[in-house]
Amino acid sequence: MNTEAIVSYLPLYKEAFVLTIKIGWLGIALAFAIGIVSAFILYFNIPVLSKVIKAYVELFRNTPLLVQLFFIYFGLPKMGIDISSQVCGCLGLGLLGGSYMAETFRSGLCAIANTQIESATALGMSKSQIFIHIILPQAFTISITALIANVIFLLKETSVFSAISLMDLMFTAKDLIGLYYNTTECLLLLVLFYILMLLPVSFLGNLIEKKVRFGIFGD
Amino acid sequence: MEDILKIEHLHKAFDGFTVLEDVNLTVKKGEVTVVIGPSGCGKSTFLRCINGLEDIQDGRVLLHDEVINPNKKDLRSTHEKIGMVFQSYDLFPHKTIIDNVALAPIKVQKRKKEDVYKEASELLDRVGLLAKKDSFPRQLSGGQKQRVAIVRALIMHPEILLFDEVTAALDPEMVREVLEVILSLAKEGRTMLIVTHEMDFAKAVADRILFMDGGHIVEEGSPEEFFENTKTDRAKRFLDSFKYK
Repeated sequence: MNTEAIVSYLPLYKEAFVLTIKIGWLGIALAFAIGIVSAFILYFNIPVLSKVIKAYVELFRNTPLLVQLFFIYFGLPKMGIDISSQVCGCLGLGLLGGSYMAETFRSGLCAIANTQIESATALGMSKSQIFIHIILPQAFTISITALIANVIFLLKETSVFSAISLMDLMFTAKDLIGLYYNTTECLLLLVLFYILMLLPVSFLGNLIEKKVRFGIFGD
Repeated sequence: MEDILKIEHLHKAFDGFTVLEDVNLTVKKGEVTVVIGPSGCGKSTFLRCINGLEDIQDGRVLLHDEVINPNKKDLRSTHEKIGMVFQSYDLFPHKTIIDNVALAPIKVQKRKKEDVYKEASELLDRVGLLAKKDSFPRQLSGGQKQRVAIVRALIMHPEILLFDEVTAALDPEMVREVLEVILSLAKEGRTMLIVTHEMDFAKAVADRILFMDGGHIVEEGSPEEFFENTKTDRAKRFLDSFKYK
């Protein structure tokens, strides 16, 4: 094991780590936004829009992120839209994640029993009050486990960003291996940085899950 | 006593299948009316039509001479005046007991928070559940949940309370604690319409019994009349089904 090499690679990995986290979380934020709006459209079965969203979900859930990124990265400039690899990464992750989040949120919304809505109606609550105070909090609680799983999944998906020449962790590792042939060291660092990125998310996710689920489920 | 609720020629069908046919009823203030009858006879649907949870095909429901169903779009003010307690309690699982009770008065009636929480505590105390006010519904027994559901309806100060088989999902030993709460409400002179399968309870609480079958009110009378001198064969057969010989 070449410790000297490891030490000298660290700054490069750190840079890539920050970039991966930045693009990853921006993409996830976008995924949440797209997912929530899409789930509402599906739940309320808004005409036309819900068909569009269904098509979007099927398209993006059934194609790999790599392919989506290629389409955005090489396709959009052909249509005259210039796009940086960072924006492309965000957009790709957001669109892929959005399709997963949409279905996760929707399943939570649909899990609320009709009797909940009826008993709130019988108390005189309006449709919007029922949605805000009764349906949403319960739907969120039900979907939280799957949402956290989605976040972790999306963060790991950032590893294909290297294909659109984003200097993420994977790109940096491959680059360094190509230059210096310290494969073991480079891969070890790669694994460590991914764990460093994801372990806190997992840990925090568990905490949030516990807190959110306490009311309804108690576990 | 003045009439609170009037139901005239109510007709209800699900996809062409008639559930209620020409049902008429007048409920006076302070009167406790108990509806009994075999499963599927339309009792629950009847209650649901009264507070607009079901649309109706013909006839009308009036609360103080104001038409509330057929199928008025905005029933919110109606829902405030008609309290309903369901068989499956339907408490909000993500809210504590006291928040379950306080939610609607604060959000719907825009009452002051402190007043609402004070009244909620008093009402919970009355049904013996003040100690549970910060628990979640899942931590309560069925009987306790149903008592909370009654309190949740009461705090809206409804003019009439509808009870839809509120003990049907309970273990036998929990039935009593719920029925005693309803009995004490009856003694206060509250107007109530109760659907139940508990015949002894019906006898004890009712001013009037309605026996329904096949979407009609088949027989109607005071508890004494109905249980001692049952007039119709259908009602006799129904009452006999509760006896084991």
